[in-house]
Amino acid sequence: MSNLELINLNKIYTPKVIPVNNISINVEQGEFLTLLGPSGCGKSTLLRLIAGLEPPSSGKVVINGRDVSRVSPGKRNIAMVFQSYALYPHMTVYENIAAGLKLRKMPSDEIRRRVNDVAEKLGLGHLMDSKPGKMSGGQRQRVALGRALVREPDVFLLDEPLSNLDALLREQVRADLKQLFDQQQTPVVYVTHDQTEAMTLSSKVAVLYGGKLQQLAPPQEIYTRPANQFVAGFVGSPQMNLLTLNCDANTAVLGEFRIPLPNLATAPSQIVMGIRPEDVHLAQPEDRLTIQGRIFLVENLGMQNLISVRVQGSDLKIRALLPANQTWEGEEVTLSIAPQAIHWFDVETGDRIQSHHQSDRVAPPLDLGTDSNGPVPPQRQFTNN
Amino acid sequence: MAPILWQVLTSFKVNADISAVPSVYIPRQLTLDHYLSLFVRRPFTSYMFNSALVSLTSTLLALGLGAPAAYALARMRLPGENIILASILIVTLFPAVLLFLGLLEVVKTLDLGNNYLALIIPYTAINLPLTILVMRSFFQQLPKDLEDSARVDGYSTIQMLVKIVLPMTLPALATTGILTFIAAWNEFIFALTFITRETMKTIPVATAQLSGSSAFEIPYGPIAAATILGTLPLVALVLAFQRKIVQGLTAGAVKG
Repeated sequence: MSNLELINLNKIYTPKVIPVNNISINVEQGEFLTLLGPSGCGKSTLLRLIAGLEPPSSGKVVINGRDVSRVSPGKRNIAMVFQSYALYPHMTVYENIAAGLKLRKMPSDEIRRRVNDVAEKLGLGHLMDSKPGKMSGGQRQRVALGRALVREPDVFLLDEPLSNLDALLREQVRADLKQLFDQQQTPVVYVTHDQTEAMTLSSKVAVLYGGKLQQLAPPQEIYTRPANQFVAGFVGSPQMNLLTLNCDANTAVLGEFRIPLPNLATAPSQIVMGIRPEDVHLAQPEDRLTIQGRIFLVENLGMQNLISVRVQGSDLKIRALLPANQTWEGEEVTLSIAPQAIHWFDVETGDRIQSHHQSDRVAPPLDLGTDSNGPVPPQRQFTNN
Repeated sequence: MAPILWQVLTSFKVNADISAVPSVYIPRQLTLDHYLSLFVRRPFTSYMFNSALVSLTSTLLALGLGAPAAYALARMRLPGENIILASILIVTLFPAVLLFLGLLEVVKTLDLGNNYLALIIPYTAINLPLTILVMRSFFQQLPKDLEDSARVDGYSTIQMLVKIVLPMTLPALATTGILTFIAAWNEFIFALTFITRETMKTIPVATAQLSGSSAFEIPYGPIAAATILGTLPLVALVLAFQRKIVQGLTAGAVKG
């Protein structure tokens, strides 16, 4: 049984530079937590605080119920994989992997057994006597992983372990990592700026920005219910369309078109509408919420076409992701927006506005609906609480 | 190359060939007399020992004091770091000759004349700034991840420095060490002034003071032989460490 608890953790350099601002996270046994955020959001600093490589300004790091905030990294029983791998260049692979165990005065036959187990698991057997200098990036990366695994620590910390690999290898190692850590019951904290890694690997994602925790949720929820405008824009590729719209009565004004607002206590004067490009489609006759515009850019992504459309009657642009086999005529297109896929954000705070949309609820009558007021077709499975 | 070659050839020529006009380039008769005379008529073994002792000690001292200082300057955020660095740099800009008179007084006061310390201390002091600057820039490009990794693995600070940092530092230590050693080995003025006892002289001084049987005879042969003997250890040293220097020991620690 192991778990990791961060309690009101702070790292303050100067009053203006606060890379870690009051962060509290729990990682239970078997959980894979990803710290996701752009460069400089404090994710690496947070990891270093957990590792004990830097002391926190305030707050606690608790591992297995033991407060380790003032304990040196070597005594926390954690293992860390560094972005640069940080292998000891003057030691062979075997010595690299065994170093941490030797320091813990483990009997040498036990060390040998554990190192060989890990080496076999990672396919490093034939490399045991070579030095890191002669190895490829992928091999070094596995040695770094092996060095962490062999320790059987209470917590695994990984600092962008894939970012030095080329794209093809990265995908493969990502899959390997997932299998590897699925077998482990040890909590994992994984730092990345790559949302694909975060989505595929983790059971829980913490999105960080400006030293603050933006959202802590399973990856699916991060994607389908972003807590604020930052998360909405950061997660998902191509990026979500985020449009700041004026409100009129119970609708948001998008060029010549009106988008019904969710039920709100007070109608704001402006609101941010977010819609993922994959939730914008070419309109079918039965679609009720549609907008028209002029295509000004088509980007072929292979599987899909990403089209950029300037909405009629405004300068606003909206991007739609269309299947590659779907065609359209001319530059004028009509796009349909799935109402339940719209995310609303407060224009000032950027926070998500809780819509009370339910997928089984009858949508309000639409101003521009071309069809009758039937229930919204469930184009996309969308879970609301 | 030519002057060195000339010295080598001269050291093996018999005296008649040396003074022959026109010059004899390739010795017509090889002789080791000049070398032998250095050891028979002069205590050349002690000269070599003196040079080796003084140079080696000051090199080790410079590395022993300089490397930790450089590490601290590279890794820690010290108040007034720039001032420290600037003052170190200024010391390297100082011509050693300017310090000479002052040092002479110091040596007199401390009664260090004819004492190895009179050479070891100034040689260390003069080479220390260079050692610190070179080692500091080396430490700065040493990936910090390695040290972090060592700490996570459970190395204590001392263990980390000795077992992880030191092995990676060897090439840089060898490079700066050789520079210091050469500078100390070849130093002339301090050695000439602070040491007057015959048995304590270093090679450069002894070579310069070689004289013939009469005041008018310049012993070209022995001087050439002494020059060769004084240079050989340096050549051997550089060759021995060359591999260490060239071989990038850090390769493979981190990506790239």
